[in-house]
Amino acid sequence: MSLQICDLHARIADREILRGISLEIRLGQTHAIMGPNGSGKSTLAKVISGHPDYEVTQGSVLLDGVPLLEREPDERARMGVFLAFQYPCEIPGVSIANFLRAAAQARLPEGESLSVTDFYQKLYREMDALGMQRNFSSRPLNAGFSGGEKKRAEILQMAMLRPRYGILDETDSGLDIDALKVVANGVNRLRGPEVGFLIITHYQRLLDYITPDFVHVMVEGRIVQSGGPELALELERHGYGSLEERYGSSKLSPLAETGTQG
Amino acid sequence: MAEEQGIAGEDLLQLDRSAGDFHYDVKYAYDAGVGLSEETVDYICDAKNDPTWLRDFRKRALEIFLREPLPTHWASEQLAEIDFSQIRYYLAHGQRAGRSWDEVPEEVKRTFERLGVPEQERKFLAGVEAQFDSEAAYSNMKEALRAQGVIFVGSTEGLHKHPELFRKWFGKVIPPGDNKFAALNSAVFSGGSFIYVPPGVKVSHPLQAYFRINAESFGQFERTLIIADEGSEVTYMEGCTAPRFDTATLHSAVVELVALPGAKIQYITVQNWSPNVFNLVTKRGMAMENAEVRWIDCNIGSRLTMKYPAVILRGRKARGEVLSIALANSGQHQDTGAKMIHLADETTSNIIAKSISIGEGRSSYRGMVRIPNHLKGCKNNTECDALLINTSSRTDTYPAITLRGNRSAVQHEASVSKISAEQIFYMRQRGLPESEAMSLSVNGFVNDLVREFPMEYSVELKRLIDLEMEGSVG
Ligand SMILES: Nc1ncnc2c1ncn2[C@@H]1O[C@H](COP(=O)(O)OP(=O)(O)OP(=O)(O)O)[C@@H](O)[C@H]1O
Ligand SMILES: [Mg+2]
Repeated sequence: MSLQICDLHARIADREILRGISLEIRLGQTHAIMGPNGSGKSTLAKVISGHPDYEVTQGSVLLDGVPLLEREPDERARMGVFLAFQYPCEIPGVSIANFLRAAAQARLPEGESLSVTDFYQKLYREMDALGMQRNFSSRPLNAGFSGGEKKRAEILQMAMLRPRYGILDETDSGLDIDALKVVANGVNRLRGPEVGFLIITHYQRLLDYITPDFVHVMVEGRIVQSGGPELALELERHGYGSLEERYGSSKLSPLAETGTQG
Repeated sequence: MAEEQGIAGEDLLQLDRSAGDFHYDVKYAYDAGVGLSEETVDYICDAKNDPTWLRDFRKRALEIFLREPLPTHWASEQLAEIDFSQIRYYLAHGQRAGRSWDEVPEEVKRTFERLGVPEQERKFLAGVEAQFDSEAAYSNMKEALRAQGVIFVGSTEGLHKHPELFRKWFGKVIPPGDNKFAALNSAVFSGGSFIYVPPGVKVSHPLQAYFRINAESFGQFERTLIIADEGSEVTYMEGCTAPRFDTATLHSAVVELVALPGAKIQYITVQNWSPNVFNLVTKRGMAMENAEVRWIDCNIGSRLTMKYPAVILRGRKARGEVLSIALANSGQHQDTGAKMIHLADETTSNIIAKSISIGEGRSSYRGMVRIPNHLKGCKNNTECDALLINTSSRTDTYPAITLRGNRSAVQHEASVSKISAEQIFYMRQRGLPESEAMSLSVNGFVNDLVREFPMEYSVELKRLIDLEMEGSVG
């Protein structure tokens, strides 16, 4: 059982961003992806979850053997794909609790309805574990949340929806050190033989708390190096410079194209 | 298309999906034919056995209607699409409404059963009037209210049996010359309710009217007059549906409310018109000293709705309120708003209007608040919020607040929010189908307003929003 990404190419607005990604995340495994800004990490996450702006030009993604790419985004989610967004958007007027109730209800078979008491019990348990005040659940989702609150709310949603494959896109960015621990803890509580994780991050410090089984480096839409946890430490010391020199071509670098400074 | 099949228990459930989109073939005993002329008005007067004063009133109104231009200079050009010569102005089964459902003709009864009216009546209503095309087919009220002197009958019965009450107020809040469509209604009106609540009587459960259009190329022109005598209270709710036809259907009602000193009237509309209906309605209430008129108005569906419920605050400390929700889907235009005319000291008014535009749908808010110079201690609060779902929707706000002098206070807030493709994607990523994601956003947007509605109506409204969203996703 795995989330299997095979030679995936994707583009947006006529620009090829993913240029042949292959990666298999088995249940029980945690993979980390690192890589310079603009290398395509978020793009990979959005293509897997079915964002309509991207066009897949080649390759496949299988979820436990089932082709994913022809499915609607909400179907993919119900099949077990969860994406904790790098920039979660605000959903005005819809409270966290109501939103999660609707999402949980959408996962039940036709005609079955959610037990409200069970739902709130579970919600409050998960909120307690994430150090969130219970009354926070009545606030409109992400509206006016601080950066850290948004990230915590993403983890809360993941904990409630229990995906088979969880993708975390820079969930650690913008978190203070205590929040980082809480979030890492939240992820670790979900880890187990029935879940696979893909964690996108720039920093070793998250990986200090969530030890990955594999670390991959993405440069310009390709995975250029894979290894164990030690690879992340090495990158922390030396940066991406040498990898970019080796694998990036200035011709393809979007920054070079527009002439802007990163 | 005629729908011949019988009503099985499970059929009722399916109905929830298709809402009001069905109709039965019906033979009409009365039919004024196609087009509008003095003969049409005479036909209606004869059929209804109108007194002479009413025949004269109708004819004067017809003159005004024919003389007045369509208000396309400020309203939608779409009005010009209505071909008044192709509409049927009066279609009826008979002249007497049944007092029990057993007296209602079979196919008419079937229609209302499908729409769940008898069931709602059993559950929570104090009285029901069910109008089918031009006339009420059913009209009944709880015995206890009758004993207290409450009158709840059709407009025709009202004017025949209670002429002194009826004539005193009929056409006084909204005279025929008010606007072209009020004139049209005054010329050919039929059906609608007449309600009188005696002093001090508080009607605890709502009285409900259900307006059903069944025939094609038809115009429904009901006329409602509600008089709440001193210190009394009443809530009236109306629901409306029509099947979907290729030709235009016209609905042009006039509703007049009179709240005498200390009385309270709450008028709730949840309309769910099919997209071929032109809905051009004039609604106005008059609030005397210490009285309160409250309009709760939910406009879903129709091709074009023009409706601006108004309150004339005539007595000291009178209160007026309009809470409105308009939802414009692709191919629809909701042109709605509110008017508050302050005519006495210490009068207060509150307007909260929320509009939702989806796809090509368009909604406009037109407001008018008038507080003249010589008044003191008046207050108005106006809030208009628009929600745009996807970029091609448009919304316009035309607030007109006339405040002269500085002895009164007005407050006006407006907001526009958008549900972007990014937000829809976010919600879908959590497993919600697109239509549900939209429903959730819309419900979230109207939530604080809907809390003000009676329970049964907030449930109904949520159901209609869900249906509308299902229909809007291709
Ligand atoms: N709508 C768009 N049109 C053109 N280019 C786009 C569009 N959206 C994203 N891109 C480009 O795709 C490239 C990859 O972006 P992506 O967000 O996947 O990078 P990332 O690896 O997640 O970077 P970061 O570490 O900064 O989050 C970037 O160069 C970005 O500018
Ligand atoms: Mg990114």
